[in-house]
Amino acid sequence: MKTKTASSRRWKLSPPMLVVYVVMFLTAIVFLIPLVWMVRTAFIPSEHTTNLLAIDWPTLDNFTRVWQAAPWSTYYINTFIIVGGVLAMQFFTVVLAGYAFARLDFHLKNTLFILFLLQIMIAADVLILPNYKTISALGLSNTLLGAMLPFFASAMGTFLIRQTIKTIPYELEEAAKIDGCSLPRLLLQIYVPLLVPALIAHGTIAASYQWNNFLWNLIVINSVANRPLTVGLAIFAMSYETGAQWSDVSAATFLVAAPLLTLFFVFQKRFVHSFAHSGIK
Amino acid sequence: MQTNIQRIDQANRLKKRRTTWLAWLMLLPSMIILAVFTLYPIGESVYMSLFKNNMSTFVTGPVWVGLQNYVNLFTRDAVFKKAFYNNLIIAAVTIPSSVTLAVAMALFTNKVGRGKSFVRVAYFYPALLPMVAVANIWLFIYTPMYGLLGYIAPTWRLLENVDTVQWALIIMLVWKQAGYVMIFYISGLQGIDQEMYEAAKIDGANSVQAFWHVTWPMLKPTTIYVMIITMTNAYKMVDHLYIMTKGGPDNASNMLLFYVYQKAFDQSNVGVASAVTVVLIVILLLATVVQFYTQDKRTFYA
Repeated sequence: MKTKTASSRRWKLSPPMLVVYVVMFLTAIVFLIPLVWMVRTAFIPSEHTTNLLAIDWPTLDNFTRVWQAAPWSTYYINTFIIVGGVLAMQFFTVVLAGYAFARLDFHLKNTLFILFLLQIMIAADVLILPNYKTISALGLSNTLLGAMLPFFASAMGTFLIRQTIKTIPYELEEAAKIDGCSLPRLLLQIYVPLLVPALIAHGTIAASYQWNNFLWNLIVINSVANRPLTVGLAIFAMSYETGAQWSDVSAATFLVAAPLLTLFFVFQKRFVHSFAHSGIK
Repeated sequence: MQTNIQRIDQANRLKKRRTTWLAWLMLLPSMIILAVFTLYPIGESVYMSLFKNNMSTFVTGPVWVGLQNYVNLFTRDAVFKKAFYNNLIIAAVTIPSSVTLAVAMALFTNKVGRGKSFVRVAYFYPALLPMVAVANIWLFIYTPMYGLLGYIAPTWRLLENVDTVQWALIIMLVWKQAGYVMIFYISGLQGIDQEMYEAAKIDGANSVQAFWHVTWPMLKPTTIYVMIITMTNAYKMVDHLYIMTKGGPDNASNMLLFYVYQKAFDQSNVGVASAVTVVLIVILLLATVVQFYTQDKRTFYA
């Protein structure tokens, strides 16, 4: 009975709505085509790569070949270090700065706030040349620290934490202070536990950004040993002459894209929620 | 003899001075990074752009030329002019199309019952792919004869043709970005009070009218924010050029940031690369400042 009403309600879709449904579902399918195409090319035996209609059992041959052709495990480790290092430092800087902006009344507050805004307006991506000069002058070119350093502060993260702290009742802080709680303990034991959801949201975005970051790493890193995944992938893909070996390039692309995509497919809601919160509102 | 008010005043000032020290101490780690990697490089770019600093000045060191680098860019540098124009086109096309598509996607994912997470995943996943991976996939799609599109139209050489390369890349950029923008509209839609729709219904509004008179105006703060994001993206997303076209053919797909990369790191022309960086900085600042001051400031400060 229940299903009947549900289905009859579905059929009550007006003709224009039906068109909308069809168009939007088709859009979804079209959007998925590049992914399906990449995965298919990565897993199908390479002799079928250019034959769209070929059907065969999936194979890991392409991956075996690709894995031996470049030091992917080194690339993975470097990317993990960059992502982990940036996240750890950002959590530290962002909580401190977010607290100051949310709870303290101090001189030059607005001026400093504008300096933070500047980082959002002019992203580090655009400042590759002067920042490369700075990193070289610091003797950090071709180091992972050099790749990470410009990202150790995050205006986006600071604003998110500031916003979240403002929603936490001030009485909580006052009560702790009366009990003789010092500021470091106050932050660590009262605030940080309450900030975990916000930190997860910010962490998701920052991690995705760092996982995918390319141009800056391409410039700063110039040895195989320090190369992260994106740079490794680009150099791997360029090492083939045009048109050849799409199976290998697709397998390599899969290696680089799969971890983040898998996490997204599993924790879909959390990802969407995180990205929605990155909007400063 | 101090009055009580003076005394309280003084105590407050003392207290503020103490909190100022504490606040600055807490802001210090962030401030160092922002000063060194956001504020200083802006000044550094302006300064370096006033010098001739390329292979020819390798021995003598940089030579002061004033604004000559800028004059050259806008009068003589055909590649710069092309990149500048290409960037304008990219912004002018990708921003409205991404926003339109994103609003449609957000409205739909909000409304659809079955298959909700399927469509959301399908729309959003491109945002999580590295641009380099995107470039590999789409390069293969666009490959004549062997690619996916090549299968349907074997003779199309979209990436090798000056008239089509921009459009081929724009389709890819919109695909990459629309789902990301959708997320902000989904959360924007959730913030709209349902009673407003009830009121609109009572007033006899149909769903199209309800959209234009309730939904769209209520989404304005989201739209302002999204405009800034997509505007910045239009000038930031260049990784794909490294793999797909190198800015070619004949610079038909070159963009300002990629031109900075070419000038600075392929041709060691620091002076010109700095001038282009400054042009980029000015564009991004103008774009955000205009959005700030013409629109409702509440988006950022509320």
